[in-house]
Amino acid sequence: MAHRMNVLVCSGASCISNNSLKVKEALLAEIERLDLKREIKVIETGCMGPCQLGPVLLVYPDETLYKKVQVADVREIVEQHFLKGRPVERLMYKSPLTDELVHKSRDVDYFKKQYKIVLANCGSIDPESLDEYIAVGGYEALGKALTEMNPDSVLDEIKISGLRGRGGGGFPTHLKWMFTKNEKSKEKYVICNADEGDPGAFMDRSVIEGDPHTLIEGMAIAGYVVGASKGYIYVRAEYPLAIERLEKAIAQAKETGFLGENIFQTDFSFDLEVRVGAGAFVCGEETALIHSIEGKRGTPRPRPPYPSASGVWGKPTVLNNVETYANVRHIILNGGAWMAKIGTETSKGTKVFALSGTIKNTGLAEVPMGTTIRELIYDIGGGAPEGHEIKAVQLGGPSGGCVTPEYFDTPIDYESLTALGAMMGSGGVIAMDETACMVNTAKFFLDFTCFESCGKCVPCRVGLKQMYGILDKITKGEGEEEDIEALETLGKTIKATALCGLGQTAPNPVLSTIKFFRHEYEEHIFEKKCRALVCKDLISYEINKDACKACTLCAQKCPVDAIKGERGVVHEIQQEKCISCGNCYDVCPFGAVMRLSGEN
Amino acid sequence: MEALKIHIPDNEQYRELGAYIESVRNMPGPLINVLHKAQGIFGYLPMEVQAFISRELDIPLSTVYGVVTFYNFFSMTPRGKYVINVCMGTACYVKGAGKVVDYFKDELKVGEGETTEDNLFTLTTARCFGACGLAPVLMVNEDVYGHVDRKKVTEILKKYRSLG
Amino acid sequence: MKNLEELRKLREKAQKEIQLRSKDARIKVVVGMGTSGIAAGAREVLKTFINEINQKNLTDVIVTQTGEKGMSSMEPIVEIHEEKKPVIVYGDMNPSKVKKVVEEHIVNGKAVDDYLISMEEK
Repeated sequence: MAHRMNVLVCSGASCISNNSLKVKEALLAEIERLDLKREIKVIETGCMGPCQLGPVLLVYPDETLYKKVQVADVREIVEQHFLKGRPVERLMYKSPLTDELVHKSRDVDYFKKQYKIVLANCGSIDPESLDEYIAVGGYEALGKALTEMNPDSVLDEIKISGLRGRGGGGFPTHLKWMFTKNEKSKEKYVICNADEGDPGAFMDRSVIEGDPHTLIEGMAIAGYVVGASKGYIYVRAEYPLAIERLEKAIAQAKETGFLGENIFQTDFSFDLEVRVGAGAFVCGEETALIHSIEGKRGTPRPRPPYPSASGVWGKPTVLNNVETYANVRHIILNGGAWMAKIGTETSKGTKVFALSGTIKNTGLAEVPMGTTIRELIYDIGGGAPEGHEIKAVQLGGPSGGCVTPEYFDTPIDYESLTALGAMMGSGGVIAMDETACMVNTAKFFLDFTCFESCGKCVPCRVGLKQMYGILDKITKGEGEEEDIEALETLGKTIKATALCGLGQTAPNPVLSTIKFFRHEYEEHIFEKKCRALVCKDLISYEINKDACKACTLCAQKCPVDAIKGERGVVHEIQQEKCISCGNCYDVCPFGAVMRLSGEN
Repeated sequence: MEALKIHIPDNEQYRELGAYIESVRNMPGPLINVLHKAQGIFGYLPMEVQAFISRELDIPLSTVYGVVTFYNFFSMTPRGKYVINVCMGTACYVKGAGKVVDYFKDELKVGEGETTEDNLFTLTTARCFGACGLAPVLMVNEDVYGHVDRKKVTEILKKYRSLG
Repeated sequence: MKNLEELRKLREKAQKEIQLRSKDARIKVVVGMGTSGIAAGAREVLKTFINEINQKNLTDVIVTQTGEKGMSSMEPIVEIHEEKKPVIVYGDMNPSKVKKVVEEHIVNGKAVDDYLISMEEK
């Protein structure tokens, strides 16, 4: 029985933590109460993208987008809109540009510049329903590949499409597949890297949570091309919902015969297994990931041999990331030439980016390659919140680098970003405004990579620690003139000598912040100043006598009794006792505590 | 194994783990799966659990220990009833996650990775939950909290303390 | 799953539910569901439309509702929207009239003059 209305409730991670599942329950209860159950279907979908509007509801056929819906709003929505046809305007999305209500979700600015291939089903179908996946053409690509094409012609389409690895490296996918295909071995494997460890990247999670069958289909097609009958999906333990949905989808696919023996009554058999990671960033590196699947410590090893020759269990293995596999079915259905028309000369198709940091619209956005950084940050991301200005975006997480506004018109493709000293990476885009200290940001990334270094090779284990030590010194106001040069020398050496991708790219955030924000380093070193007022040891606190209302709140919260004054007597901070903890600044209800840096 | 003299008790928890190990006996490279299961049953991975796994899977104890200590997810010390996991991903960091950790240290009087005396809370940090739109974010066991500030920290602790 | 043929059949069946979310419905039926519309029986009219359309397996028709139309005396009111055609408005509807509208107008493309109250050029 078809329904007259579909209500899509976003159950991406962001919306769930904003109570979207409770909203869904309330919707069901209200629909039941008004006896609308036969007419209205409520569907839980994966991430729709505009996370800052969550919890988000999308109502079809009206295409009404409701934002920030809470349980208390449900009754009004169901009674007024679902029953009487009067959309609840106060909960509808308003264009930030015109302040006008947006009646159709497709007119929301956030969606307008996007081009959805990988995320096409995310947020528009029920990820737990195989029927809905089939309804949008699911498993037709697999059927077509198996029954109407041979492995060579599938590989040709992948080649024509120009698809390159979406995990960061950008290696041509058809070459990887061809190398594995050409290996002579009875046993071969297909692996999906879903160990999305880059802080600030969450597109793989969204694809798996929102459209798990697309990944399964892509991997099965890869298996057919290379001649593998078994695949592993390596998912990080921090993604329990993704694991659950994937397990469910695999079970459905097995039951219906899209996985298992003699798929589509051909000789091709393929099975998938989920392996759960255990919290090690280095396992995003392919040889480390393979060790981890084998149940070992996730340390990388030198290449060659590449996994295409010797991968999991020592057998030829093709290894791609989630987004790469998610492109495959579209290429098979529409032809490689279709994708080759989208994008730039060297980079074809789309890329999904995760926008976060100091930006208005955080969330997921899929754009054609060649879109400029400016379009991504301003047209889709909406720019910085009022009163702030973006001074840099960090692309590619701890392996990437920052890009400053003068380069925002650079088109996004693998080569252009690498030329800027950043990289495509997995697609994390973190916007930073004047409240971010670039030295401290570089230190943050190094802290991360030091902690995650597996310790196998010396440049990474020892070299990164040295770099971190120097950065720590600079942020504490103990920097010396030669420190910047030392950082550059160390960084270049580590890049050239580390064993795996983690070490080879770890110095990038430091080198690129030195390149674009050398003045901030110099201010820290020579003027003992942190302009962003982030580095604790370079900040002093003072009380503005005119603003202080002598309420004693700050004195009560001061852990070292550094604040003099009592009720009616304006307070004063005794600098020799102050430890710059910032408690007084946080608690003052009148904004009378001032933070200063480099002004003494 | 005898030489180490690690006493492995025979109880319901070990029987459950033993049954799981039986079920994956034919799976290649099952160690990490088994460790996940074991941590789910025991809450952490003390030496005797590792010794049991070593014996049952016929893998040297040194190898088991090597894997346990390699991965952040596995813990060899008991955890509190509520594990507070503050995201230190870039987006959260930019939005003040460091301060959030400080607030908890202040309120709970414990350091990172430590458990409160009453065994109620363990304070840890993690690398990105992928909920960057809500930064700064934290998880208490499986529950996610977004846009955390000092006030919310107090509220969260109050909530779990009242649950006991 | 034997072959593509079988998959495509399965797809056709599954598409019915998802049709609402595609943007290319041929005909949109809009039922006036204001307070007076509901009082005059618009709920039954709406339900009958859904049943009839499902029974006839018309996957390219969507049924939706709107608020008060301001012609209380003619309630329940139903509009039929079709690409590149004037909007047809029927008044004083009831379940048996709905059946006729589905049969003659939606399936056979001929408006039912007896129930017609207006034609609005877009």
